[in-house]
Amino acid sequence: MNTAISSNKLGKIYQIGARQELSSTFVETLTKQITKPLRNLKNIRQLSKNSNSSSNSYIWALKDINFDINQGEVVGIIGPNGAGKSTLLKILSRITYPTEGYVKIKGRVSSLLEVGTGFHPELTGRENVYLNGTVLGMTRKEVSNKFDEIIEFSGVETFIDTPVKRYSSGMQVRLAFAVAAHLEPEILLVDEVLAVGDAEFQKRCIGKMKDTANAGKTVIFVSHNMTSISRLCDRAILLNNGNLIEDGLSSEVISHYLHKPDSGKNSRIWEMNNAPGQEGVKLLSVELESNEDSEHVWLNSTSPIKIKINYHVSKPSLKMRCAAMVFTQGICAFSTFEPKEREHTQQGNYQAQVEIPSNLLIEGEHSINISIFGSKGHKLRYVDYKDALGFHIKDKIDGTSSRGDYTQNVMGIVHPLLKWSSIYTYE
Amino acid sequence: MFHEMKNSQYTFIKKPSKFEILNVSEIWFYKDLIYSLLIKDIKVRYAQSVLGIGWAVIQPLFFMVVFTLIFSKLAKISTDGQPAQVFYYTALVPWTYFSSGLIDSTGSLIQNSGMMTKVYFPRIILPFVSVLSKLPDLIIASTIVAILMVWFSITPSIYIILIPFLILIMVLFSFGLGAFFSALAIQYRDIKYGITFLTQVLMFATPIAYPTSLIPKNLQWVYALNPMVGVIEGIRSCLLQTREIPLDLILIGLAVSIATSFVGIIYFNRCEATFADVA
Repeated sequence: MNTAISSNKLGKIYQIGARQELSSTFVETLTKQITKPLRNLKNIRQLSKNSNSSSNSYIWALKDINFDINQGEVVGIIGPNGAGKSTLLKILSRITYPTEGYVKIKGRVSSLLEVGTGFHPELTGRENVYLNGTVLGMTRKEVSNKFDEIIEFSGVETFIDTPVKRYSSGMQVRLAFAVAAHLEPEILLVDEVLAVGDAEFQKRCIGKMKDTANAGKTVIFVSHNMTSISRLCDRAILLNNGNLIEDGLSSEVISHYLHKPDSGKNSRIWEMNNAPGQEGVKLLSVELESNEDSEHVWLNSTSPIKIKINYHVSKPSLKMRCAAMVFTQGICAFSTFEPKEREHTQQGNYQAQVEIPSNLLIEGEHSINISIFGSKGHKLRYVDYKDALGFHIKDKIDGTSSRGDYTQNVMGIVHPLLKWSSIYTYE
Repeated sequence: MFHEMKNSQYTFIKKPSKFEILNVSEIWFYKDLIYSLLIKDIKVRYAQSVLGIGWAVIQPLFFMVVFTLIFSKLAKISTDGQPAQVFYYTALVPWTYFSSGLIDSTGSLIQNSGMMTKVYFPRIILPFVSVLSKLPDLIIASTIVAILMVWFSITPSIYIILIPFLILIMVLFSFGLGAFFSALAIQYRDIKYGITFLTQVLMFATPIAYPTSLIPKNLQWVYALNPMVGVIEGIRSCLLQTREIPLDLILIGLAVSIATSFVGIIYFNRCEATFADVA
């Protein structure tokens, strides 16, 4: 395998509040320059002391990042905001330079950040295609060769000799994207986090990405959408606070990122002494069980999922029921609870189980809230635990799931398998 | 463009070294981009204006009329025995080129900061393109010089062949200064406003409204440290035969221009790494 990108001890430092500290007027700079020896002396003297105060004003946006990406790999970069994802992309596209270390890149790099870069409103569509194409790294000859295709793809033929400022914004985006779509990069960088534009535009970006990946090119994809990452990338790199936390199979890295305490097990266990709960009830563990792919972090949308709630009761004769709420995309998709309160006559451990049928949950990330409550004249919550467990449903798109043979995005927070029928009603 | 690179070739992305001179082969890679940007600059400049490229002539022509009235008719400053109109206009054309080239190249990074934060290319292209894109204006404004010379029946000297060389000095000087100030201006916007003021001051240190013969002989070498002195005196000498060709002034100017370009490019390259961060 040929290495396409090789990052070696890569680091980038930013000065916090750098913009304020940079002198904004020339006079200020001059005065600063004159007093600079004084400040230098102060700084150098501080080196011998504990220099906590001065090191506080810097932040490592990236620190000691090492990885190798082979040609043809599709790699997702994930992490919370401020993890350094965009800084990494900026370095890879040579917009900014690293403070230390280096990256070795083989091949032409394009990023879908650049869509429409250099477009000038006064120029005609034709002139802008040439300008934008050369800005993105094509030669004028390459643009000429692809010109007809680009124009056809954009669908603005009739306006091609009209200044772009007379275009609707949709037409401008279409023309800009047409140019980007005809680039032939060996390495494509996509930053969905920064991608501006409507859903249609984002869909096109993903489409271009898939084409590039299918053509055996290297793709680096930054996104907050774990569904896209898991579906498009085999490998993922997790960044946090400028550090590379994990680099491996995207399924494993994603589950790690989603704070699963026992990665790959789809379960969460609490120690007895810090288990959540009150009034004599403690939540011991929550487990998910699926009848296939048990070694995977994924749960298949086509298999039923069993939720097992283990809890301890230390007071006799409590009446209560267990409940689970499934949250999808931040919305409660549904709640389910035991139909009747059960009397727990004995002290000890209990287990409640519920099965979520197959083909109900939509593909993507979900989390479960667990509560155990009873009524003793008034409602009494023994356990009320948010985000007890996160899990990921994967649709293998093999035709047996709710989506059938449809491969595009599906809206909604549940995706039940429903029966469709049709008859011929004319004549 | 990268497709021209050999397959075995790698790009190294690392902290740039502190002293870097022009990477000519890399800039050659981007020749098509330079061309596209030039076309853009030229087309956009007079877009949606009635007179279009005519504006390239109007500015020096207007100042020629004003100078003729004030400096020649009222103040009666010598014009080296030449008709005042030709004397002023031959200086105003190169001066307009220099000052607009300098002002535009100083602002070139700020103007294109949107591009700089999104895509890589050697940034030095931007001030370079700004300086080059003023050349068509220079050529068009020069046609009026020919008309004036016919009108006043002036024959140029054989040294007219030196004019491209004088233009080259001017391009070098405005590019060198422009590169230097553009790198400053991206961080300190003061420079962008200050540069207009600076060119106005420099105008009085250049023989436009008066002849160089007014400057004491023993101080002329100091005066010639402004390369525009050698350029304008040279052009007047070639076209109007006001004096012998001032080789000494021209060579001093050439040396200063080369030094300015060097300093400008080195300073620019030193700052380049932080452009996207400060823009």
